[in-house]
Amino acid sequence: MSFVFLIFLPLLAALFIPLLFKKVGKIHTGWFVLVVPVALFIYYLSLLPTTIDGGNLVSEFQWIPSLDIAFVAYIDGLSLLFTLLITGIGALVVLYSIFYLDKHREQLHNFYVYLLMFMTAMLGIVQSDHLITLYLFWELTSISSFLLIGYWYTRDRSRFGALKSMMITVFGGLMMLGGFVLLSIMGDTYSIRELIPQAAELATHDFFIWALVLVLFGAFTKSAQFPFYIWLPDAMEAPTPVSAYLHSATMVKAGLYLVARLTPIFALSGTWMWLVAGVGLFTMFWGSFFALKQKDLKGILAFSTVSQLGLIMSLLGASAAGYHIDNIAETTFKYAGFAAIFHLINHAVFKGSLFMIAGIVDHETGTRDIRKLGGLMGLMPISFTVAMIGAFSMAGLPPFGGFLSKEMFLTAMLSLTEFDLFSMDVWGVLFPIVAWLGSVFTFIYSFYFVFHTFAGKHKPEELPKPAHEAPIGMLISPIFLALLVIVIFFIPNRVGDWLVKPAVMAIQPFLYNSPSEVDVHVSAWHGFNTELFMTLGIFAVGGLMFWTLHKWQKSYDRFPDSVSLNALYDNLMFMSDTGANRFSKLYMTGFIRSYLVYMFSFVVIIVLGTLFLTESFAFDVTNLAPIGFYEIVILLALVGSTLTILFSKSRLTAIIALGAVGYSVALFFVIFRAPDLALTQLVIETISVALFLLAFYHLPQISRKEERMRFRLGNALIALGVGVTMTLVALSAHSQKFLPSISEFYKETVYSEAGGGNIVNVILVDYRGFDTLFEIAVLGIAGIGIITMIKLRMTKKEGQHENK
Amino acid sequence: MRTNDVMLQTATKVVTFIILMFAVHIFFAGHYTPGGGFVGGLLTTSAIVLLMLAFDIETVKKILPLNYVTMTAIGLLLALATAAASIIFDVPFFTHAYDYFDLPLFGKTSLHSAMLFDAGVYLVVVGVTMTIIQTIGEDE
Amino acid sequence: MSVVIGFLFMAAVYLMLSKSLIRIIIGTGLLSHGAHLLLLTMGGLGGISPPVVADGVSVSDYADPLPQALILTAIVISFAVTSFFLVLAYRSYQELGTDNMDLLRGTEDHE
Repeated sequence: MSFVFLIFLPLLAALFIPLLFKKVGKIHTGWFVLVVPVALFIYYLSLLPTTIDGGNLVSEFQWIPSLDIAFVAYIDGLSLLFTLLITGIGALVVLYSIFYLDKHREQLHNFYVYLLMFMTAMLGIVQSDHLITLYLFWELTSISSFLLIGYWYTRDRSRFGALKSMMITVFGGLMMLGGFVLLSIMGDTYSIRELIPQAAELATHDFFIWALVLVLFGAFTKSAQFPFYIWLPDAMEAPTPVSAYLHSATMVKAGLYLVARLTPIFALSGTWMWLVAGVGLFTMFWGSFFALKQKDLKGILAFSTVSQLGLIMSLLGASAAGYHIDNIAETTFKYAGFAAIFHLINHAVFKGSLFMIAGIVDHETGTRDIRKLGGLMGLMPISFTVAMIGAFSMAGLPPFGGFLSKEMFLTAMLSLTEFDLFSMDVWGVLFPIVAWLGSVFTFIYSFYFVFHTFAGKHKPEELPKPAHEAPIGMLISPIFLALLVIVIFFIPNRVGDWLVKPAVMAIQPFLYNSPSEVDVHVSAWHGFNTELFMTLGIFAVGGLMFWTLHKWQKSYDRFPDSVSLNALYDNLMFMSDTGANRFSKLYMTGFIRSYLVYMFSFVVIIVLGTLFLTESFAFDVTNLAPIGFYEIVILLALVGSTLTILFSKSRLTAIIALGAVGYSVALFFVIFRAPDLALTQLVIETISVALFLLAFYHLPQISRKEERMRFRLGNALIALGVGVTMTLVALSAHSQKFLPSISEFYKETVYSEAGGGNIVNVILVDYRGFDTLFEIAVLGIAGIGIITMIKLRMTKKEGQHENK
Repeated sequence: MRTNDVMLQTATKVVTFIILMFAVHIFFAGHYTPGGGFVGGLLTTSAIVLLMLAFDIETVKKILPLNYVTMTAIGLLLALATAAASIIFDVPFFTHAYDYFDLPLFGKTSLHSAMLFDAGVYLVVVGVTMTIIQTIGEDE
Repeated sequence: MSVVIGFLFMAAVYLMLSKSLIRIIIGTGLLSHGAHLLLLTMGGLGGISPPVVADGVSVSDYADPLPQALILTAIVISFAVTSFFLVLAYRSYQELGTDNMDLLRGTEDHE
């Protein structure tokens, strides 16, 4: 079975969603949708044994063979891991959404169509081996994310957030496309698999650094790294299932996936390592620091997502160090790649459950403002437990999965201090310090999230709705994820062997021959080493600072809003908007004449310029057709009737003269051996004249009083220019032929290949059938346009009558 | 637009059929000699327009109770289907097939799938042109 | 021939630049005629026989069929466009009561 088509399965299913929503209103549409991710998850699970042994699978589908563009689904450890996350979390999110979104009040068909579209896009990103299709799916996620954030499109904040996320991620996507194109120029292939073995040669190429920076733009904007993270908090306007799915577990990880996937290509560069690790780590600190400023539950989670993404990003950057070390298995550098993937899994699991809990709190109390919440512990015990598990895992407490990956993160950061390339030996010491600081704040905001919501004093008077526990259906998904958090802690090595090590293989393919060579053993207890003391320090300092949080949290408000990155974005948007407006007002006068003048002047300038610059003007008398008596008569008739049109005062004369021009042209066709044209022209001219008369019956006389002399002179000048230009073009075109015409081919093959005699007609219906197909489509559109114009008025008039 | 010209009306009755026959002839001849879907369609239209001039729109509507919009749609679909049919036979879009047949009345005739395509063109041309003229004419 | 084409274009452009809607439409009609003739000229006016397969005519004697096919398409399209324009003009005159292009510009506050 060629599994490349499975990527499109959600999209295919999306076609039926509106139908199901309209026809089967009694059953929540989500139940139908649920089938898709579940089926895909089970199918992809069956591929797991292949990747555990380090194998891979390829399935191809040609899309545009002439441009060498194909959908290539490439499944190895890394892409399978992401695929499972997408389908697995997807299934849970859909299940959750069934209870979250009311089937009567919400436009479920829109929601699920977008969601399925997103699923296809995401599967496409992680499985594409082809750079161009990867980019295609990449932008498709931006678009579906835009639609999902703007799902409640009547809210201003939703539209603002949707636009912001789209502007930033699409900007990054375009940059990334540039990087991809450079990569393909350098390596002469679009395939990532074929690029990777060329890594060493690519690194010396002139374009290399450009490609690197451009690709990172894409990854950083998508994964909300500093300074592009600003779209993520605003994206929280989306329905909570969307936030849980797109903005924590999957879409924002696309940037991480890209970095991981391209690490083998770029890792040899010091710039890559510095940028990825540095930006990642700084983002981690920045995000965790500002998470405490937030008052909105989902805002806290958004900043925490930014921070956690930064953490994983920095680990991926650190994993590049492995390329510069001999015998990696015996050093501590081996941990970075493993920790990155491991934490990625952990994060998807615990952050998904936390978002769902935030949604439940919002759903059951009517507010997400953490200042109004509190004391929900007794009212919502299950939610509280789940939230606590998720948050403790995020904070890095045992016995939860997050503890293990946090330990490894610290190990990896410490190992960087021993790295002696790219002036790491001087600055490397900063990495563990920043990492530690970030972890302290992570600890604090995790506690802030849980205990300010569930502990403390209950304030029922401030809640829009009386709080109570959520229905069991809504709780299934978060509970399941919370259980996973604990399970991962107890079987980390099983997870490592099955999922993490095959993925690490993809990040560091030169270093290992099979996943089992990735010599990392996860254990909760390492003995008394630096990491343990750092963790204990985090608990102690974090606990202390959380205890005193109410005293210093107010200091966040002293940061002026006007110098933030958000303000920069707003100003940029505002300026480009007004700037473009002012600019277009300069030349968009609203007079159709002005536009025509622009067009014709440019035609004259460009065409004459080209003729002049390329010296292509030529006049060859020998090739001219002999001019006979008939030609001269028709020519005179043509010119005469045109002049009549120009100077006629009555519309009837003008119309008839136009008809005369048409008939003269038809006669020309006869002389120049074009019987088909002559026939068509004759008939069409007849019908046109009838039509003109019909319509002109209602139109006023041609009035020329208001046209002043200067106005007409200007017109005449431009008209003369165009006329002269066209004459020159016609002469040159007539006098020289650079390429043999394809007509020869038509002439020779018309009988043998197409079985026809009338070459013109055969060209129309056979050789160039597409032209004709679209031509009749144009005809149809014109017909529809005319009908609507006529009928439109009729309904409007009736409406007016009713108003009276 | 009501006229009562007996001469015109009588002549029209004859001429219309001549034009229509000619239109059909030209349509079928299109693959070998001058003609084809466009011209055929336009000629048909002109025949109907002539009828409209001689009688009036209401009468013509009674004689030819056709929905020209539907006609356009059928024509477009026909053309598209002919082109798309080639996909089923696993050849590139728009590949035409042809063969020769000996039909009893016409003698040796070739049958083209391109002919079907041309028929689509014919229908669209008639449909659209008549739609235009009819809507404008009725809007008085 | 080329001069005539130039002349047609000139007249067409002059008409299109005027303020009256009818003249603009007539101008577009003329423009398409000019374009058709230009296409025909570009393909070369040579060719003794029409492009219909007949016995005893060598391949090089046919007139160039390609521009003819293009023109055929163009004729029909220009017909559709012209009739569309006509109805547009007719309707806008009915609704707005003018055919003066200067009065037909969008309102100032229209963004």
